[in-house]
Amino acid sequence: MFFALGLSASPAFADGASSVTNIFKPDGAPARAIFDYTMLVLAVCAVIFVIVVGLLVYTVTRFRHRREDDGQEPPQVYGSNQIELAWTVIPIIIVFVLTLVTARTIAEVQNAVPPPKALKVTVVGHQWWWEIRYPDLGVVTANELHVPVSDPAQPRPTFLKLESADVAHSFWIPQLAGKTDVIPNRDNSMWIEPVTPGTYLGNCAEYCGTQHARMLIRVIVHPQGEFENWVAAQKPDSATDTNLVAAQKPDSATDTQVKAGRDVFFSTSCVNCHTINGTEANGKFGPDLTHLMSRQTLGSGAALNTPEKLRAWVRNPQNLKPGCYMPDMQLTDEEMDQLVRYLLTLN
Amino acid sequence: MVAANPEIPLARPLVSPSIVTRLHGLVVTVDHKKLGLMYIASALFFLVVAGLMASVIRLQLALPNNNIVAPDTFNRLFTVHGTAMVFFVGMPIVAGLSNYLVPLMIGARDMAFPRLNAFGYWMFLFGAALLFFSYIGAPGLSGHGSAPDVGWFAYAPLTGRAFSRGNSTDYWTLCLLVSGIGSLSSAVNVIATAFGMRSPGMTLMRMPLFVWMMVVVSAMMFIVIPPLTAAQIMLLIDRFLGGNFFNTQSGGSAVLWQHFFWIFGHPEVYVLMIPGFACASEIIPVFSRKPIFGYSAMVGATTMIAFVSMGVWAHHMFSMGMTSVGNTFFMISTMAISVPTGIKIFNWLATMYGGKIRFELPMLCCLAFLFQFLIAGLTGIMLAAVPFDWHLTDTYFVVAHFHYVLIGGMLFCIFGGIYYWFPKATGRMLNKTLGLWHVALFFIGFHLTFDTMHIPGLLGMPRRIYTYDPGRGWELLNLITSIGVVFQIVGIACLAWNLIRSLRKGEKAGDDPWDAWTLEWATTSPPPEYNFETVPPVRSARPLWDLKHPEDPDWKYE
Amino acid sequence: MINADRLNLPYTSAEWSLPSSRKVAITSLIVTESAMFSIFVVAYVYYIGKSLTGPYPAEVLETPIVSTICLLASSLTIVLAERSFKRESIGAFRLWWSTTILLAAVFLGSTAAEWKRLIVDHHLTISTNLFGTTFYSLVGLHASHVIVGLTLLTLVLVLSLKKSIRKADGERIEMLSWYWHFVDGVWVVVFTVVYVIGR
Repeated sequence: MFFALGLSASPAFADGASSVTNIFKPDGAPARAIFDYTMLVLAVCAVIFVIVVGLLVYTVTRFRHRREDDGQEPPQVYGSNQIELAWTVIPIIIVFVLTLVTARTIAEVQNAVPPPKALKVTVVGHQWWWEIRYPDLGVVTANELHVPVSDPAQPRPTFLKLESADVAHSFWIPQLAGKTDVIPNRDNSMWIEPVTPGTYLGNCAEYCGTQHARMLIRVIVHPQGEFENWVAAQKPDSATDTNLVAAQKPDSATDTQVKAGRDVFFSTSCVNCHTINGTEANGKFGPDLTHLMSRQTLGSGAALNTPEKLRAWVRNPQNLKPGCYMPDMQLTDEEMDQLVRYLLTLN
Repeated sequence: MVAANPEIPLARPLVSPSIVTRLHGLVVTVDHKKLGLMYIASALFFLVVAGLMASVIRLQLALPNNNIVAPDTFNRLFTVHGTAMVFFVGMPIVAGLSNYLVPLMIGARDMAFPRLNAFGYWMFLFGAALLFFSYIGAPGLSGHGSAPDVGWFAYAPLTGRAFSRGNSTDYWTLCLLVSGIGSLSSAVNVIATAFGMRSPGMTLMRMPLFVWMMVVVSAMMFIVIPPLTAAQIMLLIDRFLGGNFFNTQSGGSAVLWQHFFWIFGHPEVYVLMIPGFACASEIIPVFSRKPIFGYSAMVGATTMIAFVSMGVWAHHMFSMGMTSVGNTFFMISTMAISVPTGIKIFNWLATMYGGKIRFELPMLCCLAFLFQFLIAGLTGIMLAAVPFDWHLTDTYFVVAHFHYVLIGGMLFCIFGGIYYWFPKATGRMLNKTLGLWHVALFFIGFHLTFDTMHIPGLLGMPRRIYTYDPGRGWELLNLITSIGVVFQIVGIACLAWNLIRSLRKGEKAGDDPWDAWTLEWATTSPPPEYNFETVPPVRSARPLWDLKHPEDPDWKYE
Repeated sequence: MINADRLNLPYTSAEWSLPSSRKVAITSLIVTESAMFSIFVVAYVYYIGKSLTGPYPAEVLETPIVSTICLLASSLTIVLAERSFKRESIGAFRLWWSTTILLAAVFLGSTAAEWKRLIVDHHLTISTNLFGTTFYSLVGLHASHVIVGLTLLTLVLVLSLKKSIRKADGERIEMLSWYWHFVDGVWVVVFTVVYVIGR
């Protein structure tokens, strides 16, 4: 517990989002509620530790066998009902108080009712990526959860419905909330209410197979007003998309390499797994690629989203995320360059 | 002290038997002492094997984005490490200690069912063989599989045919089914022996606490192992007959597996820990020179722990999405179990209080146990604190917690038990200097590794990941954690060397090197095959104290 | 064992009595098996009404009255057999014991017939739906215990016919009968859960 207290006080870990996902640097209502409660629990544990270790050290020192001892056995004490009662009753009282406080915090976090302005998101866990759907906004994306910042005066929490397409996963952003499992054939839910903009990191927290380690999460909390811009850019009928669709028309005046790349995409089996809005690509097995280049990472955190890494990913995803379900597409170098040029246009 | 009757010569062969004869003797033996030692030797062997696997895991995690092992290999390593440690190190140690000591402590000649005893041992060994054989056997014709890689608790539906191809999961299932039968056999034997073969005068409340705790553990096993067996049969039905128990596509429930597994899994960890308590409850009084404080309270507390432990299982599932009512119920039961556990710690402290503590090796191990088990219990309370658990569960905090309980708690007690009873079993003392090196190095390594390990959990590091990116604040902590392993390895090497060397060259121990009070010290070291020539009269919980102190016997105060 | 009279103890050998190992062992076995059956019962109850497709219990299950009466009666006949054994009337013992075996065989045959009807006529197998899986698992687990019991009962009958059983084997026979009562008790639970509640 002393480590924990140290962690929370450490100046090295700044407030707000950080790549060091310290649970003692909470942001937002559920995380804060857990933090405040946790401090009480740690305090109780620290007190018990000090008392019992103190007794242990005292006993071992005071009653050690000394060389100048008379060789007699010490008084043989068999027990004492009063003492037994005392150290039964006191722990029961401590436990009783703790259970009351805990029950209250459980209810506070779990039984929260979404206010009307709450953002509703459905998160679907796949082996080894996250599908993110905004049912009211008609937006589908992958691996990054974009939410608006919440103002304590006018709270705007995000309520997440958690579903799984295959095995059990768990959704965890340490600075924003406790983890909730993502289980097939079961609808779970949780909520976050971040008050500081930034990018919050998280991991899948339930072992789900080979690439459980690289099933990372990013929550991007947008400052006031910017979330709406992001939504607008992501919607199927958005201006960006209209450009995309236009760019994809066979006779549009764009880079021939890009066109060749688009042909590669649509003639190989990419379309079986991936969706690109406004095209025939309607695959649901893999992440939606419509706005691929708007994301910070590839492969749910396997690599940063740079052109070099994108090329490496397309060349052979097994090099960056061995065991993932995207195969080596066996493209020639030329096809690869063209395909990457095309993918780079998916903003 | 009772001396062997010189008119009856002890039977000794004229010529030392050949190695083949000796091995054959072990294969066909039904003697509880030989079987007990075989259990313990096998457990120590698997401790080294699974420990080496853990060392590879720590090597991989010492640096970010490391590639000592491939992801699949890593996933198999932690699965086999966990399965082997719980079932092929922990359980056989329990079986070995109880089979060796229970008849001696109650003045009996052997266990109630000697052949069942042997059966249990060979089932355990066969189960262990199955697990390790999976590395080569599971690929089969299709080339899929290898050792199991689904984690030691094998959550559904990851274990279904669709997600776990080949036969690796089946090897996991079968090895535990087989060794589970072995564990149950051992449990039946302990209960039947303790209830049916006590020396005259040894009422239940005069049995050594060690025997009481083994009885409680065995009774727990009857109730707790069958749920695992049932769940595994269901898994086999799913995988081989197309059953739908855990098939979420046809309406089955992944959560049901979790419930069934943890109904087994939680009491199981008490099955592992209580024998550690049993060793401590024998060692601490002897080396404090006082009887255990509150014998009946200890019996009551252990029984309470056994009962309550069957009602806490869903604390492994706090993040699974139970209602607040469900979470609250299991929170209350989990917090409640800290009460009888705390009572025991206080009773041990009170045993030492007012005594004359001798810092021999068994006692040093138990002192370390007390300190470490306290910490483990407190991190347990943190995990019982549900909202805190929503962060801590499935992270390295939990990994640190349960290793603290099992190594810092149980294994240290077992070390104490080894130092305490090795003289009885072999007739020779273990070397004290080597022992101090072992305990000191292992203590340092244990704390370097497992104290540090709590922190990455607090910083967001989930468990069962084969690697991690730099920049999360986990690098230095993982490196320190891994360095601690080196100390532990050297410490265990000291112990192994001590065991081997002392068998030949150890100082002769005599019947009762520690001046102890329970019946096993009333016969020779090692005991003859028939255990006792004459059993001392039993009129209290400490028959040898009564013999050594006729002016102040325990039965005057009963 | 030790002659306690020689040692100056408050207990004499006559007073010092301990439970029989065999009784303890069979009790432990019954506890263990009960725990296992409980899990299958829980799974059955949990999945009642949750099958996504048919056939459903109400459509296909017929209450097995006759086989239940046979099995429960076999508990009675085994008690009569035991009493005969204690009275040392071996003829009566063999008669009642054989009747027990016969009743058990009728029960098994009836279960087999029911399964054939379900599989062939209603296309309900263990993999069809949740009902199929839980039904065959639970009833099958019970039937497998009946088979084991039947085998042991037959073994005892054969040994008795070969005149290899002595009065001292009375406790062993009693332990087998305890196992048999347990199997019948489980059937009461299974019957209630599957044919009464589950429909």
